[in-house]
Amino acid sequence: MTQTHKVPFMRIAKRESMPLWHSLLIWLIGLVLALAVSAIVIYAIVHLNPIKIYTAMFEGNFGSERRAWVFLRDMVMLLCIGIGLAPAFRMRFWNIGAEGQILIGGIATAAVMIYGGATMPTWALLVLSVVVSCIAGAIWGGIPGAFKARYGTNETLFTLMMNYVAIQLTSFFVAVWENPYGSNTVGVINQQTQAGWFPAILGQKYLLNILIVMVLTVAMFIYLRYSKHGYEIAVVGESEKTARYIGINVNKVILRTMMLSGAICGLTGFITVAGSSHTISTSTAGGSGFTAIIVAWLAKFNTFVMILVAGLLVFLEKGAIQIASQYNLNDYASEMITGIILFFILGSEFFTHYRLIFRRGKEVE
Amino acid sequence: MEQILSLTQAALVFGTVILFGAVGEILTEKSGNLNLGVPGIMYLGGIAGLAGSFMYEMSTANPIPLVGLLIALLCTLAASLLGGLIYSFLTITLRANQNVTGLTLTIFGSGVANFFGGAMNTMAGGVGQISVAATSGAYRATLPFLDNVGVLSSLGFMVYVALILAFVMSWFLNKTRMGLNLRSVGENPATADAVGINVTKYKYMATCIGAAITGLGGLYYVMDYIKGTWANDAGIERLGWLAVALVIFARWKPKQAIWGSYLFGVLFWLYFYIGGLTRSSQELFKMLPYVVTIVVLIVVSIRRKHENQPPESLGLPYFREDR
Amino acid sequence: MQRDKATVSMRNITKTFGSVLANEHVNLDIYKGEILALLGENGSGKTTLMNILSGIYFPDTGHIRVNGQEVSIRSPKDVYRLGIGMVHQHFKLVNVLTAAENIILGMPGKGKLDLKAVGEQILKICNLYGFDINPEQKVYDMSVSQKQTVEIVKVLYRGADILILDEPTAVLTPQETEKLFCVLRNLRKDGKAIVIITHKLHEVEEISDRVAVLRRGVNVGELATKDTNAAEMTNMMVGHAVSLNIARPEPKDPQPRLVVDHLTVKDADGVVRLADVSFTANSGEVLGIAGISGCGQKELLESIAGLEPLEQGSIRYIRPEDGKEFDLAGMNPREIFDLGVKLSFVPEDRLGMGLVGNMDLTNNMMLRSFRNGKSVFTDRKSPRNLAHRVVSELEVNTPGLTIPVRKLSGGNVQKVLVGREISSSPTVLMTAYAVRGLDINSSYTIYHLINKQKEKGAAVIFVGEDLDVLLELCDRILVLCDGRISGIVPGVGADKNEIGLMMTSHGGDKSHDSNS
Repeated sequence: MTQTHKVPFMRIAKRESMPLWHSLLIWLIGLVLALAVSAIVIYAIVHLNPIKIYTAMFEGNFGSERRAWVFLRDMVMLLCIGIGLAPAFRMRFWNIGAEGQILIGGIATAAVMIYGGATMPTWALLVLSVVVSCIAGAIWGGIPGAFKARYGTNETLFTLMMNYVAIQLTSFFVAVWENPYGSNTVGVINQQTQAGWFPAILGQKYLLNILIVMVLTVAMFIYLRYSKHGYEIAVVGESEKTARYIGINVNKVILRTMMLSGAICGLTGFITVAGSSHTISTSTAGGSGFTAIIVAWLAKFNTFVMILVAGLLVFLEKGAIQIASQYNLNDYASEMITGIILFFILGSEFFTHYRLIFRRGKEVE
Repeated sequence: MEQILSLTQAALVFGTVILFGAVGEILTEKSGNLNLGVPGIMYLGGIAGLAGSFMYEMSTANPIPLVGLLIALLCTLAASLLGGLIYSFLTITLRANQNVTGLTLTIFGSGVANFFGGAMNTMAGGVGQISVAATSGAYRATLPFLDNVGVLSSLGFMVYVALILAFVMSWFLNKTRMGLNLRSVGENPATADAVGINVTKYKYMATCIGAAITGLGGLYYVMDYIKGTWANDAGIERLGWLAVALVIFARWKPKQAIWGSYLFGVLFWLYFYIGGLTRSSQELFKMLPYVVTIVVLIVVSIRRKHENQPPESLGLPYFREDR
Repeated sequence: MQRDKATVSMRNITKTFGSVLANEHVNLDIYKGEILALLGENGSGKTTLMNILSGIYFPDTGHIRVNGQEVSIRSPKDVYRLGIGMVHQHFKLVNVLTAAENIILGMPGKGKLDLKAVGEQILKICNLYGFDINPEQKVYDMSVSQKQTVEIVKVLYRGADILILDEPTAVLTPQETEKLFCVLRNLRKDGKAIVIITHKLHEVEEISDRVAVLRRGVNVGELATKDTNAAEMTNMMVGHAVSLNIARPEPKDPQPRLVVDHLTVKDADGVVRLADVSFTANSGEVLGIAGISGCGQKELLESIAGLEPLEQGSIRYIRPEDGKEFDLAGMNPREIFDLGVKLSFVPEDRLGMGLVGNMDLTNNMMLRSFRNGKSVFTDRKSPRNLAHRVVSELEVNTPGLTIPVRKLSGGNVQKVLVGREISSSPTVLMTAYAVRGLDINSSYTIYHLINKQKEKGAAVIFVGEDLDVLLELCDRILVLCDGRISGIVPGVGADKNEIGLMMTSHGGDKSHDSNS
């Protein structure tokens, strides 16, 4: 006697793998869809031609040489954080604390600049700042790492909370260092002497930022892919059981990697304070610690792909600011549009891992 | 004495905002979803409520407070539910990463709220010029019979709504069948699935309803805490993250969240009431709620007492294997 | 004997997984008021058959009748309605909930929970059959035996009349086993139908009314328990010796290489898995380990490899060059490696432990050797060469070196794993179920590799489930039973039935003259 099977209307099956171009295509479709939806939203709100809007966005980023440099500067900032997150995420350790680690590095740098600005030459200040910001970031990242390694403490929640402790710590130092008195801001540090600031290279003040981050991009790529540490990180992240089987000290790897991750984020704080804003405030990280998580995730921890993703996000942000001033629009629109685009990209990820099988009628056994 | 009363009052108001947020997020996390979009949902809820009542009050000469109240409430619930739905759809059906989705929701919510807030400010003639006095007044309506009981006399009714919600949530989770099923989904979805519980349905419902409750926190913030206006100062966002912290501090128990929320309120405002503090050390005080939460997190993971642990499958997606 | 109509009737059940034929035209009847023992070795298909009855798998052919009605069992939820309840080896309980909460989980009913009423109902069931649980106790506070009781009460609470228990005594002490048997007898008196999947002959004799024996997916016979004996049942379980023509080179100058003394290992729940095990593995020799699944082989290999802590005992390694001794007990794999001890281990869990499924061949080859060299960078050339060699010498069927190993078929995965483990010329080679799931050709390749290592002087410890293979490949066979050594016999001339008996009860059948 035969049995009939009712095949469900639509099944989900895991895909085996996908060539890179196919993944990119799906991303692109997601992006286009998102842009379309955003265009509709923009039109609905402000009744403006979306094409004009997008042109304006382009202008805002690359319209002038100065703007282009600012674009690059901000892009490498975001990229740098992503580089810091890459090793932790590769190990499946969810470091949500980048925002705090950046601030801690920034505080350390500001301290060096403020207390050493009068007595030390800039190159010494810079070197010291690098060391201090890395150590500070490493500690801030290492603490949750240590607890996770030893007690299994949930790293997502721990690193999240460390952010807010860092923000308050920043407020504290802002109050201590405030200048002028009562303004609740630190103001531009060493404005006259530019002590501890990044020197301009070839006449461009942000070139050093870009160079440093480019070096880090390549270095992290090499570290993760070609070094023994990187291999250990990959094995621990893919299969902790296998890592223990071949004698990898999983706890040591977790701690070491989190300290590295924190150190690089701390270094980002250094680059921001010494090479960009020259001040310290609770908005020094400006939420980029969180945005970078998305960047790192979407780029699948590949530092070169992160360049593209970071570039896209910065483009959107600056473009929206341009629109805002040009059309008398609120510049928060950028966050809104960024959010929509990210939703679509996240959603389209589904199609890179799974495929849908539609029913073709009942199957009879 | 005056000081203590004042501090208590500030703490209760502060606490109510994060209590809404925490109670909603506890429901969500009990299903296994870690929604880092809590601040975003509070943004969405707050701005929706404000926008709804703003539109209403602008459209009539004599706005009726109760109508304004209801409109604001509906708008808030709708917007928060939508936020929860977006998160659920992406993480449950499309299997996106929970952390990334939640953070995106926060970015989106912040963008939407500040965008429309700014737009409304412009419409109203300038920053801080929005005033939905009638609706806000309605929300701050106190309970008449408590009018003479000291500090309680000035508390809006939403404070009590939050308390009741917390108790109801605790009862739901621990004393009802659906609550039991939900808890098993968050602990061990495979086992829940094996006994016939529809894991997907429970996750969706818990996340969306949890988001709706969280959104009420945003509404309360706008209507009572800042008295019916909008300021682009990320005030809601900090409270949103504190709500997430509160969930941990309360060890996922709504009743614990009640006193926890007021404690956070006290810790947050303490600096204001302690004389002789420099402005810088005041900032250190504001750290207390977070530090306290970290301590709880560590202690809980060391002592490993089962009742205090996060739901076992928190943050993990559940995919049923093909047969 | 007066026979009522069968409560459950399975006819012509066939089930294949890929190329493996798990059940082949199996017929089985289950009767009310009777305890049926389902007997068989690993891979005999007994668990698959019961999984089909409990809705986890759907058969390729055949039908099932329950209480006279033909039924189609599509998922575990269907079987509750039919009055069937299965208690698996791995419990499905939520730790933070109480017994009562777990028992009623997912059941329809009033919105408000009345746990008191549930508790009373549970106690009624307990009193009826002799269980002993506290409905308000949290599962994480329970012993393994108590958790099992909760699982049994769970299916009874949901109205099961037909109970299936998968290796229920595997996790119980002798006392707990006695208690369980008491309960089962009470259930039987009450008219329930009970099926026990087991391999323990003495339990079959003690508790069952009838026994059905499966071998390699086929039902080889059913007997009333009182009409049969251990020897006959063993014979049915293992069948006749099959000649496989596996080469067995004579060991050259075997010297003690690994001396295990009084080894005792407990698992995470505190249950003793290995008790007072002592033996010597010699160089140039293959020592086989025979035993039913769960008898302690996994713990034996993992404690030697340093992956499992041990309660007591010593593991002395004797270095071939100079005879120096090291006690490896308690060391982790890294420490063993650092000592210079070349110990290789091919684990049972190939893709979950031995290899990283998502990584390609080269990266997997590098697992053992990545620390080599002073440079901070990994040397990928040697592993890649090794991968090439393994692929060509062992004829691994793969489109290339860069695909993730989880995409390879079972046999090829194993070749990669074994190829890597022997590439370091180990002095001790341990393998767990090295040929499980492999096709014939791959299996012979593996035997050949093992023999080569043996000829090079390695001490090989071979854990296997196929007695025919053990009899032909191994120079000595150590039989484990419930965590203890049941006997050590020479491979040459060993008797399959005797080993089968030793596997199922200590020391084998006492009436025979044992060789150890």
